Amino acid sequence: MFKIADKEFSSRLFLGSGKYGSSKEMYESIIASGTQMVTVALKRIDTDAPSDDLIEALKKANVKLWPNTSGVRNAKEAVFAAQLAREALETNWIKLEIHPDPRYLMPDPIETLKATEELAKLGFIVLPYIHADPVLCKRLEDAGTAAVMPLGSPIGSNKGLKTEDFLEIIIEQSKVPVIVDAGIGAPSHAARALEMGADAVLVNTAIASSNNSIQMAIAFKNAVIAGRLAFEAGLSKVSNKASATSPLTSFLNK
Amino acid sequence: MNFKNRFNTYNWDEQKTSIYSKTSRDVENALTSKKRTLEDFKSLISPAATPYLEQMASLSHDLTTKRFGKTIQMFAPMYLSNECNNICTYCGFSLDNKVKRKTLTDTEILKEVAFIKAQGFNHILLVTGEANHTVHVSYFKNAIQLIKSHFANISIEVQPLETQDYKELHEAGVYSVLVYQETYHKEVYKHYHPKGKKSNFDYRLETPDRVGQSGTHKIGLGVLLGLEDWRVDSFFCALHLDYLQKTYWQTKYSISFPRMRPAEGIIEPNVIVTDKELVQLLCAYRLLNEDVELSISTRESENLRNNIIPLGVTSMSAGSKTNPGGYIVEPESLEQFEISDERNISQISHLIKQSGYEPVYKDWDHALSHL
Repeated sequence: MFKIADKEFSSRLFLGSGKYGSSKEMYESIIASGTQMVTVALKRIDTDAPSDDLIEALKKANVKLWPNTSGVRNAKEAVFAAQLAREALETNWIKLEIHPDPRYLMPDPIETLKATEELAKLGFIVLPYIHADPVLCKRLEDAGTAAVMPLGSPIGSNKGLKTEDFLEIIIEQSKVPVIVDAGIGAPSHAARALEMGADAVLVNTAIASSNNSIQMAIAFKNAVIAGRLAFEAGLSKVSNKASATSPLTSFLNK
Repeated sequence: MNFKNRFNTYNWDEQKTSIYSKTSRDVENALTSKKRTLEDFKSLISPAATPYLEQMASLSHDLTTKRFGKTIQMFAPMYLSNECNNICTYCGFSLDNKVKRKTLTDTEILKEVAFIKAQGFNHILLVTGEANHTVHVSYFKNAIQLIKSHFANISIEVQPLETQDYKELHEAGVYSVLVYQETYHKEVYKHYHPKGKKSNFDYRLETPDRVGQSGTHKIGLGVLLGLEDWRVDSFFCALHLDYLQKTYWQTKYSISFPRMRPAEGIIEPNVIVTDKELVQLLCAYRLLNEDVELSISTRESENLRNNIIPLGVTSMSAGSKTNPGGYIVEPESLEQFEISDERNISQISHLIKQSGYEPVYKDWDHALSHL
């Protein structure tokens, strides 16, 4: 069990809802993954339609709907989007994504900090998507963030934990949950993040774009469990050579 | 430095020679390259790449799935007017085509909107000719105001405008602006566009710069396939895209593949672009650029559209009409060109689902850009 704000989670795997070939495939993957929270882009929600396919499928899966601000380019737009999302989905949780660069979707640290400050003041549970920047994480804590979501590698790249050294620092220093977002392309990457002590991971492309997304969802479910168990058990130290037979300090025992 | 300056350092014939002298070795290098360059793109659109089409398609499929998932964005064009003061030898709206013209009134716009909306579309593309005295910025603003509450995403494909105009239209609710150069062959451009504002090659060439400066979310580029050598024209289009992405880095881009279609009073295509070549071009764009949106319209045949979905396409139109009032108000008005795939949206939606893809109707919200 771990907590974000006042909500407890038993699954440390969060999912995205984009890129699936059908709502049915998304629904079945969500169920198979055992996740309890799925993020959905505000821009994909059709509030005018009598029934929105995407939302219906997510509601049926009985997971916490977690709106994101994907598409906004600055803090002002993000705050506005968050307020709309709160109205549309009746939740004050927001996955804050401000990426003015549409190619690599790199998060804007300055606008993200501004938006987090403002949204926290407005009573939102803010979970910002950020670069793996340890200083920014501390600044976000001060601003009232509920968690931090540093990237493992560029979003959708499936490249894994390219930012591992910085993630280590973030995990070491953080007082709020650390959720590794973006770039996790294989269950082994997710397991590694959890082994390092990340509280959770968010996965989308690796599952949604898989040829067998349901089976991949199960693989991630198990990887996250394995990673967390290993973290709690304590990993053995890595060593390239056997212990020296004549330790440098053996003379002290003579 | 705007694109014109960069463009002027290139020479059409040199680029043509360069593309046609690419070898299978160049193509193989391009295929295995991790980060592809414009030189790689030239290899991939060259005749030497023809035997590698299957491999290109497979790579294009993988890259597209990774970036866009198994989704196809749906949109519908809505022609507002066929009035035009340009003579373009390939276009049904050409001024010298002595056929009665039509520009939709408010009531007519709303009738067309109701029909399109009832089909399920939420992304719309507004199209006009170039008739600056009647179909101008205030006409567009009025039209956008009328339809804004009905559509989540509005694109325009109208005459080139000034930066300030684009700013105002962006603020009014326009998400993207499509403007095709038609051909980057400056010398022959004039033959295809003998009269009207459009005959100014440079003004059109600089249009995407003006759109970029306005803060518009997306710019659509393309060349009219059928005018000049598609390989050379597409190289210049890719060069344009490359420049724009580096300059207006907050903007998204899309590429369309308008292939010449029959229309009233127009010339025959100068070159025929085959299906095979179109697929090669589509895949080459994807291999060059993982994030550019690639759009296939109803200009294309059922057979091609049935099979092209997994090859790199990210958006499609369906059941399109290319004349103002074509859906409901005045089905017989002058059309820009004949469409080829006449299937309606539910048939296309079914086709997309059959291919293992999800047709997406809404992927934007006015709320995200209006403050």
